[in-house]
Amino acid sequence: MTDTPAPETAAAAFRPPRNHWWDVWDQFKTHKGALVGMIVFVAIVLFCFLGPWLWIHDATYINIRERNQGFSWTHPLGTDQLGRDMLARMMKGGQVSLAVGMAAMVLSVLLGTLIGVVAGYFRRIDGLMMRMTDLFLALPLLPLLLVMSMLFRQRLSSMFGVELGMFILIVTAIGVTSWMQTARIVRGDVLALKEREYVLAARSIGTPPRRVISRHVLPNVLSPVMVSATLMIATAIITESALSFLGLGFPPDFPTWGRLVSDGIDYLQQYPSRAILPGLFISLTVLSVNYVGDGLRDALDPRIRGR
Amino acid sequence: MFNYTLRRLLLAIPTLLFISLVIFLLLELSPGDPLSDMPLSIPPEVRQEMRIALGLGEAWYIRFYKWLYLFTIVEPSHVIAGFTGLDIAIEGQRILSWQTRSPVSDIIIQRMPQTLWVVGLAYLFGVLLAVPIGVYSAYRQYSWFDQTGSFISMVGFSLPTFFTGPLLILIFAVWLGWFPIIYDTTLNVTNWETFWKQVRQMAMPVFVLTLFNAAQISRYMRASMLDNMTQDYVRTARAKGMTERIVVLVHVLRNSLIPVVTVIALGIPTVFTGAIITEQIFRVNGLGQLLITAIYASDIPMVLTLSVVFAILIVLFNLIADLLYAILDPRIRYD
Repeated sequence: MTDTPAPETAAAAFRPPRNHWWDVWDQFKTHKGALVGMIVFVAIVLFCFLGPWLWIHDATYINIRERNQGFSWTHPLGTDQLGRDMLARMMKGGQVSLAVGMAAMVLSVLLGTLIGVVAGYFRRIDGLMMRMTDLFLALPLLPLLLVMSMLFRQRLSSMFGVELGMFILIVTAIGVTSWMQTARIVRGDVLALKEREYVLAARSIGTPPRRVISRHVLPNVLSPVMVSATLMIATAIITESALSFLGLGFPPDFPTWGRLVSDGIDYLQQYPSRAILPGLFISLTVLSVNYVGDGLRDALDPRIRGR
Repeated sequence: MFNYTLRRLLLAIPTLLFISLVIFLLLELSPGDPLSDMPLSIPPEVRQEMRIALGLGEAWYIRFYKWLYLFTIVEPSHVIAGFTGLDIAIEGQRILSWQTRSPVSDIIIQRMPQTLWVVGLAYLFGVLLAVPIGVYSAYRQYSWFDQTGSFISMVGFSLPTFFTGPLLILIFAVWLGWFPIIYDTTLNVTNWETFWKQVRQMAMPVFVLTLFNAAQISRYMRASMLDNMTQDYVRTARAKGMTERIVVLVHVLRNSLIPVVTVIALGIPTVFTGAIITEQIFRVNGLGQLLITAIYASDIPMVLTLSVVFAILIVLFNLIADLLYAILDPRIRYD
């Protein structure tokens, strides 16, 4: 007794198979804030990384005769107290800030996922790992970051050179102090996934834990990891800027957005744009990244998607 | 419940010991020398004596033990004696700041009121603002109020305080001249005029921090209200014929406050630690600024003591948040 299917359901049944990511993208597109956020973020990244090809100016070139200039065609964003071109400095600073944000995000997400998966999957070390996570959560982070960047500044600078040394130091410092949230989320998900039938099936045919994790567990924790990765970029950029702002980040002649704000504050009364513009860039980046994260969270949640 | 509290308190002790050891060892690696700003004409043997006088002569574990003894027994006795007037202060060695050569706890007590007033008030205002905003935006989801509220909270949550601070200084202090740029800590509030002065100098830092706190908490409040609004008991309450006011403000609000209260409790330690940048911008000489200047001067006893105080606050409020959760939500039982 088979009912002949109605024509439209038949058409739906023969719909070509769609990649999961197209559904995610469709849902993502409906979130206006996320879409605008993504466009703004891409624009900022292009400005910082492609901009220097179009605006060929050395960000560290000192021209004392042209110091403290306002907006003009030769210097669209003016110059600072040593006559360095602000537009070029903004691009250079953006490169550093974005690179630190991305690298710290990668490190912290890798650490968080690793610890979360290991703690969730292997029962024996779960307690130990989670106690460690709690311990890290109880550390006063900003003071600790400040202390760390104060302590290892010289040693790493002499090992890898000033710029690379500071980059490694700041990325590591932010990475090791921000993996805890990711680890907790991943552990919770892994604990639930571990009891599912397909994991049991995989284990019953003798798949080693390494392959169960890489084939069955990791793809399923990808969405929460992606969301927390997005939000981590924002946090890392803010933390780096805060460190630079307090004078404990990159050295003074090496522009980052946070450094530019902190340099600009001394001249706030005479030349307000110098502190406000880099601050605006940081804020726009963080705001757009947060919106993208919000949109991703909705798009990756199968309960919301398709409604 | 009592057993659980006791167990958590006992567990907090090794945690805090470990944290203070980690911070101590980190500082031990510090390249900063407390004698680096002394004149170079001091002969080496005198310099060595000065180092010993600062307590640097012994092995690290002996110094850690001594610091621990002073921090847990001697300093609290002085603090309690100072507040109650009892004669229990233990005489002898104290933890001395290398910058000022005065006891660390005295300086912390001096700086505490500024931080508590500015940052604590901002946290209080943040909570008082966030709860009604979150409730109303969830009740009228996707209305213009919700849309603008969500946008403002996203902005407030994304803008770093080192951007909003200078921006406010520029607009309200430089252009409009309404508020003073620098916080004057020597001001004594004795009459209405000085009170008004105090309010004016507190306005900007409090506003910056209130925006940030309110943005964060209202997001939690809204999400928690939305979770509860679709529950069955809400439908039942409406079906019984209760007024909308009672349904929302009594039934839903009480249930959705449970997670929010714990978030608020977890945020209280950041009242002390998180305001480092705001205090630096507005030159409020509170605890955050104390820590920053101590780090710049590599004043190790001060940095160590302050960081461990912050760690104690974090551990304590984590415990309080967990207990509050169990008290407010009868479904949760730890025993």
